[in-house]
Parts: sequence; C-alpha cells; structure tokens
Amino acid sequence: MTFETLGWQGLVILVVFGLSLLIATYCTYAERVIAAFMQDRVGPDRAGPYGLAQPLADAVKMFTKEEFFPGGASKTLFTLGPCLAMTTALMSSAVIPFGNAMKFGDTSVHLQGIEVNVGMLYIFGVVSLGVYGVMIGGWASNNKFSLLGAIRAASQNISYELAMGLALIAVLMISGTLSLREITLQQTNPGAWHFGDIFAWNVFKQPIGFIIFLVCAFAETNRTPFDLPECETELVGGYHTEYSSMKLGLYLFSEYINILVVTAVMSVLYFGGFNYPFQYEFLDFLSNKAGLSADWAHNIFVLMGVVAMFMKIFMGIFFFMWVRWTLPRFRYDQLMRLGWTILIPLAIFNILLTGGLITTGIIK
Amino acid sequence: MSLFLFLTFVALLSALGVVLAKNPVHSVLFLILTFFTLSGHYLLLNAQFLAAVNIIVYAGAIMVLFLFVIMFLNLNEATEPKKPLLAKVAATIAGGSLLLIMVAAMRNVAPAGYDAATFNSQVGMVDKLGLVLFQQYQLPFELASILLLAAMVGSVMLGKRETGERNF
Amino acid sequence: MQSLSNRAKILEKKPMTLAERAYLPAIFQGLSITLRHFFTKKATIRYPEETRPFSPVFRGLHVLKRDEQGRERCTACGLCAVACPAEAITMVAGERKKGEQNLYREEKYAVSYEINMLRCIFCGLCEEACPKAAVYLQADKMAPPRFERDEFIYGKDRLVEPVSPDTRSKRGIQLTAEQADKLRTQLA
Repeated sequence: MTFETLGWQGLVILVVFGLSLLIATYCTYAERVIAAFMQDRVGPDRAGPYGLAQPLADAVKMFTKEEFFPGGASKTLFTLGPCLAMTTALMSSAVIPFGNAMKFGDTSVHLQGIEVNVGMLYIFGVVSLGVYGVMIGGWASNNKFSLLGAIRAASQNISYELAMGLALIAVLMISGTLSLREITLQQTNPGAWHFGDIFAWNVFKQPIGFIIFLVCAFAETNRTPFDLPECETELVGGYHTEYSSMKLGLYLFSEYINILVVTAVMSVLYFGGFNYPFQYEFLDFLSNKAGLSADWAHNIFVLMGVVAMFMKIFMGIFFFMWVRWTLPRFRYDQLMRLGWTILIPLAIFNILLTGGLITTGIIK
Repeated sequence: MSLFLFLTFVALLSALGVVLAKNPVHSVLFLILTFFTLSGHYLLLNAQFLAAVNIIVYAGAIMVLFLFVIMFLNLNEATEPKKPLLAKVAATIAGGSLLLIMVAAMRNVAPAGYDAATFNSQVGMVDKLGLVLFQQYQLPFELASILLLAAMVGSVMLGKRETGERNF
Repeated sequence: MQSLSNRAKILEKKPMTLAERAYLPAIFQGLSITLRHFFTKKATIRYPEETRPFSPVFRGLHVLKRDEQGRERCTACGLCAVACPAEAITMVAGERKKGEQNLYREEKYAVSYEINMLRCIFCGLCEEACPKAAVYLQADKMAPPRFERDEFIYGKDRLVEPVSPDTRSKRGIQLTAEQADKLRTQLA
C-alpha cells in the first residue's frame, strides 16, 4: 500500500465517520417526522424549511443543558458509559463496504474504511461490545431503575446475539467467506437477465435466515418492540434515567448509529450491498454509448452503487421506524421465550436446511 | 515493536488492576481491557480470526455475564467480609508456589523461533485455520461441538416453563 | 344461569390458529395500517400561518356598535349588566352635553363601560338583552391572552368599534352602501 492509497483510505474513513454522524443526526429528525406522519400529524416543521434545522436545535439544547451527576455515582464510570456506547457504535461502520473500488489512474480506492478478511466477525465482536456502554452507564448511575435497564439490556443482547450468529452462519455457508466486500461481490450475476440480478441477492436464498436476522437486529439495537431496557412504563427511562445533557445525547445518538450499522450490514448480507439492477447495462451504456473514458465510466458506475447502497440503508432505517410506530412492546418473558425457544431452534433448522440445499446443489 | 511494547505494558498494567482493584466491577472492566490487549497481540501475530473470536466470546459474552452477576450481588468495600489472617497466609503461600512452579517450568524453555524463509504468514487466517481444524482435528472438534449442543439443548430445556408452573 | 334478556352472547375462547400464533401476518396487517396513515392527509393546522375557521355562531370578543352616522348606540340602560350571569359588565351612565350629538345617539350615554373578560363566560345574553342593538359578541375575534389580570378589564377604548365603515365589526346592524359612502365622505 503506497502512501497515496493510505491517504485516500484515510479520507474514506473520515467521510464514513462524518456520514454516519450526519445520518444519525437526521435519524432523530426522521424518527419524529415519521412518527408524526403515522399518527396523522406533521411533526417538527418550525426550525428551518420543513424543520430541517431541528437536529441543530436539538443539539444546542443538549449541549446547553445542565450536566448532572447523581449522588453516590461513580463519576468515572458514569462518564465512561456513554463514551463506550458511542465508540462501539462508530467502530462498526469501519468495515462496511459502501461501494466498490474507484480507479484514479493507477490508484484504486476502496469505498470501505478498512478491508479485513474477517469483516463479519469484526462487526459481530463490536456489536457484542455495545452492551458495555449500557451496562456500565446503568450500574454507575446508582439507581435501581437504571440497573434494571442495564441488566435487561445485557441479557437481551446476549440472548439475541446467539440467534443472530446462527442466522449469519447460514449466510457464511453460502458465501464461504467472512469478508463483507466479497459477500457483496458474490451477490450479482453478470451476463444474466439483468433485472434478474436481484435474484442473486442472499435474501432469496436465505428467507428464514433473513427474518431471524431482522428480528435479532431489532433486539440488538434495543428498538421497539424489543426496547425493554428503556421501557418507560416500568423503568422510568431505563439505563439512561439519570443521564442529562450531551451524555444522554450520546446514548440516543449511539442508538441511531447502531441502527445505521445494522441496516448497512443487512443490506450487505441480504440485499446485495452496492449492487443494483441493470448495473451492467448501465456500465455498458457509460463506457460504449456515452463516450466516457474507461476510468470515468467505472467511477460513475461505482458511485451509482454507493447511491444504491444508501438507498437500501435508508429504506432499512425507515422500516425500523415504521415498525417502532406500529408495534407495541413485548413483555420481558415473551421476549426471552421468543429468543431462546423459537429463534434459536429455527436458526439451527435453517443451518441444517441450508446445508442440505448446498449439498444437493439447489443453491450455491 | 513499539506497538507490541505498548500492548504488553497495558496488558500487564490492567492485569494488575484486576487483582488490585477494590471494587469488583472495576476488576471486571480491567479484565475486559486485558482481553482487548490480548486480542491486539493476536492481531500483531496476524491471527485475525483468533483476535475476533477472543473479543466476541470472552469480552463480548462471558465478561458480560460476569458483570451481570457482580452487578446483581452489589459487592463493594463495605460488604466485603473480613478474612482471617490464616486464610491470607494460605493464599499467599498457594499463589507463591504457583508462581514458583510456573517460573521453574518456563525457565528452561527455549522458544522455537521461526525461520523467516519458511514461515507462512497466512497460518492464522480463517481458511487455513478451518482446514487444519476440519482435517487434522476433526474428531475433537466434533466432540466439542456435541458437548456444546448438549449444553445448549439443556439450557433451552431449563428455560422452558413446565405445565402449571408460574414464575411470577 | 339463564340470561334475563336472552341477548347475552356467550364468548368462546378459541385456541389461536397457526397463522395467529406465527405473529407475522398480524404484524404485516399492522404495518399496512400505519403505512396507510403515513400517506393520509394530516389533521394538523399550522397555527400562525393558517387558522381554524370560526363557526358562524361563534361568540368571541365584545364590540360596542356605532350607528350609520358614527354615533355610539349604547344608551347605558344597564340591561346587559342585569342579564349578565357572570356579572362581568359594569357601566356609569352620563347625560349628553350640547354639541355631542354627533358622538352619542341618545341623550343618555355610557361614560364608562367595562367588561371583565376573566369573568365573562361568552354566553351572549348581553347581546340578546340589548334593546338598542349596541353590544355584540364578534364571530371572528377571541379575547387574547395577557400577562396581567387588569389587562383583562376591557374599557370603552377597546370595546367601541371604529367609526370608519371599512373597519367595523361584521356583527350587528350593518351599514348600507349609501350610508357607508356618506360616512366616508363625512370622514374625509
């Protein structure tokens, strides 16, 4: 790796970092607008055109609020909690391939923070660490509701991580690699009927696995119907009861970044990542008919892939919010029963089924 | 090399922190940090799979359970029972003799070293590891997996509510 | 037990079917409902820009009307104060002096006329009691919020409608076109 590519890669990392913060910021706005629309209201529309400056106003509010430490709380851990939550949330977006490699003469730039060949394990590891922020924050608050919220978060995350991992194993059996980039590249079918390109997406090979992954994604990001760690009716505010000011902001933010990461992973694993229908016709059109140089044609083709990837991510985020404003919350024992006695056996069955189908050669 | 020294320094320091911290929650957090530095060492050895699995299994799952239990127990300096002098002396002697045995065992071990010409830097990668695991060590691997499956089925059975039983 | 009306319906708790137990169909049904609401017209009225239309029988802030020559109609008879169930109206009557014929319609007029908007229940009984068609509750104006209590006592300065025919209240006896023209030329 030359210095130049290293510089480009650094730029990509910065852009990914900034983008995930920006998207998380606007998720707070989108959440409120979507909630309002589904309840026949219009939502925030006062700050700026269509209320687009609302996140800014919220940030100013968060920053200027009083910072409060509850009595008897461990100050270090109380501060460490939201920091950890934010860090782990941001770390996971590093390995997600937002696009294919762009070419500038001899240098090729991967539109991905870091390319590791255990990308999926990396994501899985970082996601499993996400619960520490919640647990430490909840414990350090010296409040029984916070502690209960933290404990709920921990047991919920551990339970659903298992089913999620088992659902992912079925994807791995098809793809045969842990690298997210290669999994994406496999989900296309050059030379075939080109709208049929989408049938190369893993969601058509793994429908059961996809549903399991989706349910677990909701549980992992503590979203309704699995938002028991912050369930207001029972636990006041859950693990962030005692938090105020930007520390609370960081917790809320990390939730949205987690949603972003989970939807990005979902689109990479199941919806073909940066592949889009008619992409080869588009490339053919750019390089042969539009009269662009090979590099430029390729770059525009790749950028369209980035757009496609983000479309998929935004649709995923919309789905998360849509579900949140539709379904009521599960009861805690229902949640645990669903995780342990339904999803895990179903995921194991899915692995067996996938194995059977692969050995008989029906899917490859 | 400097990265190695830094990681080692942090690893030793946080390992000491595990033993010396008065608050058990702090101990657990130090232990997690230790696992992280160990994963860093694995990465330096180009064993990415091992590093990731170490974080997922130890830092991500087992330590969460540790923390879970410790939070429930609500241990702190005030509730810590006074240990008799005899127990302290016995613990010191036992620990000291373990150290002695370790030192004695390690004293004469010469690291095998590696030959830069024949060393395969890809040996820690997932696919290589998988090939070794599923060809050379298939039987132990399968036995371990059966053991884990049995444990999992057992836990599901324990979690199932029996007919007529109400827990709350 | 025999039901008395014979209309009691006996409910049977049936075990859930497989589709009901699988949750997913019900979830999709719920999702479709919320999606439908996502695209329906919103009920919100964005207040300062658009206002909710008043009902034609709405009773809002009071107005003391003037006649076609711009004279106050009120003769301070006190019937409105008597009719008021909340005792919100007080007035002081006075005799019209020479040269004030263009100000007051009758020989007796209200020197002061006060309505306490904190007491007023906007029932409209004063409007019905008035023999001179002088007091009306406007259909398009509410008593606005204030910071101080004494600001809610509305005197004649805020109750009597302007002389100009174009800015008069839309309630009560209206001017005909000729009367309005005449008044306009007088004012000019």
